[in-house]
Amino acid sequence: MAATDPMLSGGADFRTRLQNWLPKIVLAPSLAVMVIFVYGFIAFTVYLSFTDSRMLPSYGFVGFENYSDLFQIRTWDTAVTNLAIFASLYIVICTIIGLMLAILLDQKIRGEGFLRPIFLYPMALSFIVTGTAWKWMLDPAIGLENTMHLWGWESFEFNWIKDGDMAIYTIVIAAVWQSSGFVMAMFLAGLRGIDNEILKAAQMDGASNFQLYRRIILPQLRPAFLSAFVILSHLAIKSYDLVIALTGGGPGNATALPATFMYSYTFTRNQMGIGASSAVIMLMTIAAIMVPYLYAELREKK
Amino acid sequence: MGFLDINNVTKSYGSVEVLHKVDIQVQEGEFLVLVGPSGCGKSTLLNMIAGLEGITSGEIVIKDRVVNDVQPSKRNIAMVFQSYALYPNMTVGQNITFGLEMQGTPKAERDAAMADVAKLLQIEDLLKRKPGQLSGGQRQRVAMGRALVRDPDVFLFDEPLSNLDAKLRVDMRTEIKKLHQKLGTTIVYVTHDQIEAMTLSTRIAVMYNGYVQQLGTPKEIYDNPANLFVATFMGSPAMNVLPSKLVEMNGALHAQIQGADGQDVHLRIEDAPEAYRAFVGKDVVFGIRPEAITDPEGADRNARNIQALSNLVSVTEPAGADTFVSTTLSGKDCVARMRADADVHPGRPFEFAVNMDKAVLFDPKTENRIA
Amino acid sequence: MAMASSDNAVRSSNFTRALIYLVLILFALFYLLPFGIMLVNSLKPLEEITGGNMIALPQNWTIAPWLSAWSTAQIGVQPTGLRPYFINSIVMAVPAVAISTFVGALNGYVLTKWHFRGATWIFGLLLFSCFIPFQIVLIPMARILGILNISGTAYGLILVHVVYGIGFSTLYFRNYYAVFPTELVRAAQIDGAGFFQIFWRIMLPSSGPIIAVCCIWQFTNIWNDFLFGASFASGGSAPMTVALNNLVNSSTGVREYNVHFAGAIMAAGPTLLVYIVAGRYFVRGLMAGSVKG
Ligand SMILES: Nc1ncnc2c1ncn2[C@@H]1O[C@H](COP(=O)(O)OP(=O)(O)O)[C@@H](O)[C@H]1O
Ligand SMILES: [Mg+2]
Repeated sequence: MAATDPMLSGGADFRTRLQNWLPKIVLAPSLAVMVIFVYGFIAFTVYLSFTDSRMLPSYGFVGFENYSDLFQIRTWDTAVTNLAIFASLYIVICTIIGLMLAILLDQKIRGEGFLRPIFLYPMALSFIVTGTAWKWMLDPAIGLENTMHLWGWESFEFNWIKDGDMAIYTIVIAAVWQSSGFVMAMFLAGLRGIDNEILKAAQMDGASNFQLYRRIILPQLRPAFLSAFVILSHLAIKSYDLVIALTGGGPGNATALPATFMYSYTFTRNQMGIGASSAVIMLMTIAAIMVPYLYAELREKK
Repeated sequence: MGFLDINNVTKSYGSVEVLHKVDIQVQEGEFLVLVGPSGCGKSTLLNMIAGLEGITSGEIVIKDRVVNDVQPSKRNIAMVFQSYALYPNMTVGQNITFGLEMQGTPKAERDAAMADVAKLLQIEDLLKRKPGQLSGGQRQRVAMGRALVRDPDVFLFDEPLSNLDAKLRVDMRTEIKKLHQKLGTTIVYVTHDQIEAMTLSTRIAVMYNGYVQQLGTPKEIYDNPANLFVATFMGSPAMNVLPSKLVEMNGALHAQIQGADGQDVHLRIEDAPEAYRAFVGKDVVFGIRPEAITDPEGADRNARNIQALSNLVSVTEPAGADTFVSTTLSGKDCVARMRADADVHPGRPFEFAVNMDKAVLFDPKTENRIA
Repeated sequence: MAMASSDNAVRSSNFTRALIYLVLILFALFYLLPFGIMLVNSLKPLEEITGGNMIALPQNWTIAPWLSAWSTAQIGVQPTGLRPYFINSIVMAVPAVAISTFVGALNGYVLTKWHFRGATWIFGLLLFSCFIPFQIVLIPMARILGILNISGTAYGLILVHVVYGIGFSTLYFRNYYAVFPTELVRAAQIDGAGFFQIFWRIMLPSSGPIIAVCCIWQFTNIWNDFLFGASFASGGSAPMTVALNNLVNSSTGVREYNVHFAGAIMAAGPTLLVYIVAGRYFVRGLMAGSVKG
């Protein structure tokens, strides 16, 4: 909706013309900042990924060498595999738990107002705090395993966090703990948005509760599923803090993710060209998910 | 030249032209109503007068000053919006005086002006309240107060009564009319409601598809609609428009229509305009308003040419003062408006009296009235 | 958002209801447990943690770990405690939140009420910038901060957070102002109010809820940020999250779990407080910021 046509013709006096330009003048700094700090920087990083930069940017052009090197590096391989495991489990488990809790909370639960904030509060915490809490809770020496031993279950073993093969799953646990409540809130909002008369009509038609959810309600939650998927996948690809706080990427490189890989190659191993190429791959992955989604959302709005 | 001139104004959004060469001259003190169905461009035209939308081509002149490039606040106009657009964070008093404050009017003067307007509209005891605490009718008054306080050259109203319930709408309509008679200010008023247009205006511009279809006094528009659109849009129930043929019989022109039984019926036309001659033997559209079809006793005593028409009654709808009677003519539903005590019964034949003074003919191809 | 309990047409038996409550309560425990354990163990002497049960209440209650975490614990090389870093985070977050919210409000106002050609494109670009992985800007940002001579300072981090916060704050205000009646703006124009007068006198006074949402969102994000803090703030200028990570992961000396927990709660404190005080807005923020485009 236009409040005015911004361009009155040349006959207008100076103040009028200034008023007409003000909106653009006000928006310009943000636009400039965005063009430089987001899109300019992206371009610069893409450029670096084709150079022989090491500790500092350098401008010797090396073509796709960094990318081919990148895919030779074992740690990158681990990072990508880890991301695949982490992201799929994280998305699936968060969605299942979130949907389940939302459906359960939607059964006219007494104390909903009390339970909902409990499910949701982890989202307010820093991943570093979450990581710290779970790091020591999962630590065999003082955490869960120790507690079970003290309670008399001597053979109980839970040392995933020290186990190179299993450590990535501890990250899934902590991440699910942090985000599933939020997914619950999204689904709950979706459920509350469904027209109750449709449900009543379906019951008149003789649908059982199960059929009601399967055939009527879940299909209507499609937008919530889509949003949950987009947000969770984007969070998964960006995951950095949680790994650093929980395992530091270890044991060894067992819990490396692309984000930690990028950081360590760029800033501690002085392989800036490779670090940049890994960042470009992360960006492209996220763009592949976000761009179609945002495009669809913006189009719908028009 | 008028007080407010809209000279050949067009408006395009991108490549789409939504207003085509609108040309209206409004005299001082006139109450001009722009009426038409939703989306026909009424608000766009009003917003262009207000300066809220740019003018693609043409000129708008207020009091001999071309205002195309003048800001809304400098045009000396005031506007009342459909949603009232009261500032939610300000009290009623602040709402009314905001415009004066923006112009730098001293506080004492603002307060005096506010007091006058509040008295005029009887909203003195609302001044300290916020818009959220007012009823629809009260908000409407405040919105008018905000416009009045500026003492503008032209008042612009954009569907100001559409958000009120039926009863309040009628009351406010009367009040707006009284206000206009009292203050004598020039008003341009947008509505999609043809009754509002008829009751309020001194002149009406009927709009459709971005064109002004007809500009004239309410009586001209009602009695002599320029085309089929105006004929059917203005008036409720709408004018009956029946496929018909113009024939010459016994030296007089007749409109030939088909009765419910399939037999041709001929209605004699007296004092036919010269233009009718060209349509003799051709298809025409016969237009007649419901109140021109009555029972014989209820017919207009001053009418010169009343023709009898016997036809089967299909439905009767008593509506208190009047009874609406439907009958089928030329394959279409035709509505007649009768006294409540007319002796009509569905399923029986009835002798209708058709006041042919009020009949009009349209060219089916151009849809324009033949005159 | 329709969080108020609605009339749900689905009915269930008593047994199912008991089961539902059981599952919900178990999950509530799951969500509460980590924080409860942190709290309990932050009030224990170290021996009770290393030699005892993590879930048990303290035998000897003590606030020594809290005092240590706040003012004497070893962070990096200095035994300063977390206090200076807590202050760093506040000094960084408050201006960054204020600036990005204000700029977002102006942008949203322009994009919705002064629509011009290309505005949708500009908004699309801003929107996408909300979702980029920040790794893609780390290298050039480090260079720019160096060139501007503000790397390792509060100014540097404020700049970074404002720059990457504008996208979201614009998104919030745009969505809010998109449904704000345009007729009000038109009425104000006719009343003679200019661009900024309309913003200050008409738009902002009606923007309370969205200002709250935006501030909460920005504050939570900025306070909880680790990546930018770790990348662009060194030593004494680090924010709270970085300091906490240093405290927990320092390899020297005995691991003082109780101090770590106390520190973690301190780092969580401000955002948790905001969440408790304004949880309603927090939820709305999460939803709006992530769901709507
Ligand atoms: N900003 C705009 N961009 C494109 N088309 C518009 C815009 N505003 C209005 N229109 C079109 O102009 C026509 C007239 O609109 P309007 O003046 O609001 O009609 P109404 O007579 O109902 O007040 C409509 O067809 C509408 O779709
Ligand atoms: Mg309109």
